[in-house]
Amino acid sequence: MAGTAVLGRRLSWLVGTVTEVHDETPAARTIVFDVPDWPGHVAGQHVDVRLTAPDGYSAVRSYSIANAPTANRVEITVVRIDDGEVSPYLTQTVAQGDQLELRGPIGGWFVWRPAQTEPVQLIAGGSGIVPLMAMIRTRALAQSNAPFRLLYSVRNPESVLYAAELRECSRDVSITFAYTRTVPDGWPTPPGRIDAAAVAAHTWPANAAPQCYVCGPTPFVESAADLLRAAGQEPGSIKTERFGPTGG
Amino acid sequence: MGLISRGFTSKRDTTETKLPPGQYLTKDFPVLSAGPTPRVSLDTWAFSIANEAGESKQWDWKSFRALPSEEFTVDIHCVTRWSKFDTAWEGVSLDTLLQDVKTSAGFALAHSYGDYTTNVPLADLRDGKAWIVFKYAGKELAPEHGGPARLLIPHLYLWKSAKWVRGISLMTSDKPGFWESLGYNNYGDPWREQRYWGDV
Amino acid sequence: MDRSAQTFLDGNAAAGELRDIFVLELSTATTQCASCGKIAAFAEARVYGMEPGLIARCSGCENPLMRVVKSSGRVWLDLRGLQFLEVPTSSV
Ligand SMILES: Cc1cc2nc3c(=O)[nH]c(=O)nc-3n(C[C@H](O)[C@H](O)[C@H](O)COP(=O)(O)OP(=O)(O)OC[C@H]3O[C@@H](n4cnc5c(N)ncnc54)[C@H](O)[C@@H]3O)c2cc1C
Ligand SMILES: [Zn+2]
Repeated sequence: MAGTAVLGRRLSWLVGTVTEVHDETPAARTIVFDVPDWPGHVAGQHVDVRLTAPDGYSAVRSYSIANAPTANRVEITVVRIDDGEVSPYLTQTVAQGDQLELRGPIGGWFVWRPAQTEPVQLIAGGSGIVPLMAMIRTRALAQSNAPFRLLYSVRNPESVLYAAELRECSRDVSITFAYTRTVPDGWPTPPGRIDAAAVAAHTWPANAAPQCYVCGPTPFVESAADLLRAAGQEPGSIKTERFGPTGG
Repeated sequence: MGLISRGFTSKRDTTETKLPPGQYLTKDFPVLSAGPTPRVSLDTWAFSIANEAGESKQWDWKSFRALPSEEFTVDIHCVTRWSKFDTAWEGVSLDTLLQDVKTSAGFALAHSYGDYTTNVPLADLRDGKAWIVFKYAGKELAPEHGGPARLLIPHLYLWKSAKWVRGISLMTSDKPGFWESLGYNNYGDPWREQRYWGDV
Repeated sequence: MDRSAQTFLDGNAAAGELRDIFVLELSTATTQCASCGKIAAFAEARVYGMEPGLIARCSGCENPLMRVVKSSGRVWLDLRGLQFLEVPTSSV
């Protein structure tokens, strides 16, 4: 039939081979996969990872894709939740050469494409930096001039993911850290959660009409999105990605 | 079966012999809900039982708490496959609540604050098998676990134990609830692993 | 009765599970709530549960837009809460 629309494709489980692992922090690890049939992805999308035990038991979890689109390459960064089932395995057991099942890319709404030129406001809580880092990396790869700002809420300086790379790109992207538990020596403000004052001082004003991306644990996303709305941002310009039930 | 992940094993304890089939033992109390947690103030809280003729009995918090209550310890089983042993509750037995209710109904539908409903045969609410509980482990029941008060029917999967319960309708014919109308088993006996439609 | 921040996820998070059923990527689909009329991306829906029952609620009024129950071998679907579902398709 001529002009038949592509209604999608069934997502099958693809086998990814771990080509590299490296620790971002004592509790977080980046895993790089080579996925031969990878169809490509857009910054902000995620994959589902399926683990299977010898007795047939299996567990599926979602992880944001951390890298800019590159042929057959998928990177994820996992922050360990100590009593968790999957994140301790991914951050402690997985090694180079292992094969894991992935399906994706998934999601088409919480994404940034290089064709976008409007200002972008990124707000990350903890591991919520991962898909936003994919956006920052995609922007650099595409040599986009879209003005980016990042407000990154994190427990303490030791928990910052991609610290060196963020330092590198701070010439290009305006980055502000908000520490919730411990601040670095000489830091001007005490630790605390992102509040209206931080949003006013470190994010695009509403009249810049930014596209906002907020990602992190559910309560964090809830409160950051509320603060953006209270600061006058159009509700329709705020996209959110909630990672899970609790924590901060 | 999927590709085996080197070195991955389940952390789930399925060895305990007191477990119903397909369940694992947990020490946590996972929170599962089909919607937002309603915050119900005790000033406006009410619980009612309506019989098939539409006559209803209603309790406010004060009159409800004035009823004789029981402390008891039971095992609970969730259809998401966790079971938790020796959970300690305090609540009012449905026998007490149904005492003066005239009915020849065979079925009950529990309603919650929010839009949740679940159905059970009335017989499963009688004879010391079901309670409206308001305390868990000695403390007021937390909102995420169904507080101020929830139904507890420990011999059935936990989705039958409606959180934030506000009433029970007695009916002469059965009416499937929120999940029972979409694939979940109408009865939900964990020992017979009645998870879905058609499981007998 | 006030509603507080809850343990829900975005429509996005369920998109992988739903691809098994719809084949289509649903996060960019447009939904209209049959209860309050709100038009929004499916990604904006609030997803509760997951296993075995998943429920996506309207971000405006909490009405269930979609309920999905999965068992091995069968899936049940309730779309009564949707006035419509518009799914983007790309042509060849
Ligand atoms: C769309 C999406 C993208 C995600 N991307 C990432 C990512 O890039 N990096 C990453 O590290 N994680 C990400 N997550 C979270 C991830 O999917 C898992 O939830 C997380 O790794 C925990 O899994 P687990 O098996 O170790 O814990 P579980 O065994 O599932 O849970 C153990 C305990 O931790 C709690 N818990 C579960 N998940 C979280 C959470 N996210 N935060 C706090 N507490 C939790 C549970 O309530 C439970 O008490 C994402 C989630 C979603 C929905
Ligand atoms: Zn609505």
